[in-house]
Amino acid sequence: MDDSQKKHNISLYVENKPGVTIRIALVFARRGYNLESFVGSPAQDPRYSRINIEATGDSKTLHLMLEQLNRLVDVIHAREYTDEDVIQKELALIKVRCDNESRTEILQISSAFKCRNVDISDTTMTFQVTGRSTKIDAVRKMLDKFGVLEVVRTGKVLIARGEEETSW
Amino acid sequence: MNKKQCTAAAKLIEILKNQGVECIFGLPGGSAIPIFDALAQSDMKLVLTRHEQGATHMADGYARSSGKVGVALVTSGPGATNTLTGIMTAMMDSVPLVVLCGQQLTTNLGLDTFQEADVSGMSYPIVKHSFLVKDPEELPSIINQAFHIAGTGRPGPVIVDLPKDVTSAYIDEDTSGEFSLPGYSIRKEGDPKAIKEAADMISSAEKPILLIGHGAVISGASREVKAIVEKMQIPVCNTLLGKGCFPESHDLNLGMPGMHGTAYANMALCESDLIISVGSRWDDRIAGSPSDFLPQAKKIHIDIDPVEINKTVKVDCAIIGDAKSVLDSLYGYLEKGNTQRWVKLIRRLKREYPLKYKKEGKLRAQHVIEEMSRLTKGEAIVTTDVGQHQMWAAQFFKTEHSRHFLSSGGAGTMGFGFPAAIGAQLANPGKTVVAVVGDGGFQMTLPELSTAVNEKLPIKILLINNNYLGMVRQWQHMFYDNRLSGVDLVGNPDFIKLASAYGCKGFRVKRSADVRKVLNAALEYNDGPCIIDAEVEKYDNVFPMVPSGAGLDKMLLSMPRKKLEKPKGGT
Ligand SMILES: Cc1ncc(C[n+]2csc(CCOP(=O)(O)OP(=O)(O)O)c2C)c(N)n1
Repeated sequence: MDDSQKKHNISLYVENKPGVTIRIALVFARRGYNLESFVGSPAQDPRYSRINIEATGDSKTLHLMLEQLNRLVDVIHAREYTDEDVIQKELALIKVRCDNESRTEILQISSAFKCRNVDISDTTMTFQVTGRSTKIDAVRKMLDKFGVLEVVRTGKVLIARGEEETSW
Repeated sequence: MNKKQCTAAAKLIEILKNQGVECIFGLPGGSAIPIFDALAQSDMKLVLTRHEQGATHMADGYARSSGKVGVALVTSGPGATNTLTGIMTAMMDSVPLVVLCGQQLTTNLGLDTFQEADVSGMSYPIVKHSFLVKDPEELPSIINQAFHIAGTGRPGPVIVDLPKDVTSAYIDEDTSGEFSLPGYSIRKEGDPKAIKEAADMISSAEKPILLIGHGAVISGASREVKAIVEKMQIPVCNTLLGKGCFPESHDLNLGMPGMHGTAYANMALCESDLIISVGSRWDDRIAGSPSDFLPQAKKIHIDIDPVEINKTVKVDCAIIGDAKSVLDSLYGYLEKGNTQRWVKLIRRLKREYPLKYKKEGKLRAQHVIEEMSRLTKGEAIVTTDVGQHQMWAAQFFKTEHSRHFLSSGGAGTMGFGFPAAIGAQLANPGKTVVAVVGDGGFQMTLPELSTAVNEKLPIKILLINNNYLGMVRQWQHMFYDNRLSGVDLVGNPDFIKLASAYGCKGFRVKRSADVRKVLNAALEYNDGPCIIDAEVEKYDNVFPMVPSGAGLDKMLLSMPRKKLEKPKGGT
């Protein structure tokens, strides 16, 4: 694959301080690196936050940016997890157009993917899907022909397996 | 329990004193009044500047010349935005500054209230770190953090935004100033394995060369550099900001390489088989086009900042650590090689391609600068502005000690030189301070003449007056068919009259024959600043020159006959 189109998963452990998000985002923006998703939430210890970033671009630039992220005073650690065996999940809400005719087929597809039906109306159904991002892409693709009205995704989060601590 | 209380502003001044701050450069305004009020009740020295940009450059010159953290104090909104150029300048050159900015009341933030500006938001990309103090109790800890971050590791500027209600609030006098910074660590010592590897590379190199940068100056590595040079007989070149770390009068010193470097430094680099960079970041003024920078030479890179490793130039061996400590350990591993033939070649290059300029005809900037260098014998602290005179100063002012040549390198900020000299003179009252400035850049911060006069600082302002924005005129001459655009400084003031309006002494020199006499008179005048208005040849160009973006082998020693292509580099 073209290295400039490579998707990278980055996990950061940061001090929970104002401005930390902007400082991180600026590292990417300055090199014109596009962020696909950016998820942040308080860590186990509330003085810190965990941030998961998915970004597209070449590996050399990413390497430089990781060093620049680690240089930030409020960043305890920034690490790439792209090709590693870690647990990765994402959640999506997908709203699809449906009528009496298509309803059964849509429900079949959704149950095959273990989606949860979270809302239903005369003309629409909304599903919650969790799993790897590729799975969400697949569900979405299957539902496309019925008319996908909206997709809201959380962005990818990841955690290390077993005793290993994430991003440390 | 009734603890003794004080305002957070008073506590701030107390902490500054504990941090060893001797003077603050600044200019007040509404949101900073509580801090200035606390200053008035302390014995801290305040240097009132005429513009906030001046305050930051003064703090910068103070810091570069002394190694201490420089402090500027300004008000919110426009006061703070006026510091941004100075902050960026310090950031690019790794200079430790703490910039204290007054700010609107915390309850007014984000509401476009009078003189409220999002100073943090505007400055993120140009600071090492920044703080907004919202709780007065946190102020002592934050100020200590600011100094720690600014002054350690790779130094840099730190902004502290101080809302007026925070600085006015009362806090316990013994409020703790402790802090922990779990995300901030500094690697001082290099990895022994990498050091050993570097030592082997150096010991076996036939044509090694040292490239000394600002990092070596900052870490105080003069002795260690010298020890290695003398043991190994390795020639040395220094970047603009590395000048003085290794004496430029030394037989093995080649001066500055790069765009306007000496011919022999550039030729030596092109011939070398190993370049050892100590605290230099392969800036594009030296590397030209970093992706194909001298492929024949292996490269060792010693730097405290991991970001710099392989950032532009790919290196063969990297050591992350403080230059002084790394060189100290490196020394122990080095085995004397044989560089005799190499040193002979270096001596020959120095002999055959000396820096030169026309001595006949109109007065030359190089002549004035070279004479000033001779008269001050390497003992003066020299600051420069940005432009042709800066490059001539780099070429002709021979620097013998670290922290004696202060110039805006990374940013190339016009207006830097004169205020930086004010800071340097305040930090070094016993030293001769010379500010080499151009007639363009000097006018960007010249109101600070009041500041220098008030403080009775005997700065020698050596004004290289060519009536042009000379460096830009040179580019237009060389690469744009001499279509001069926006470079003629018509309407320049009479600088001697201007000096006298400020109560400042003025000297004028127009003829080569008068240079020594006038400079001597200026050096003997110590009652305050003086301007030496040197009216020099208007159309002189700086040579050697490597067009930007080109390799060092494309160096021009003089103006070529044939038309030149536009340079490929950015600036
Ligand atoms: C603040 C700022 N504006 C513009 C420039 C672009 N610039 C670089 S050198 C130069 C000319 C400087 O002229 P002068 O101060 O007269 O010095 P000279 O080159 O003539 O020695 C200019 C305009 C700059 N470096 N900094």
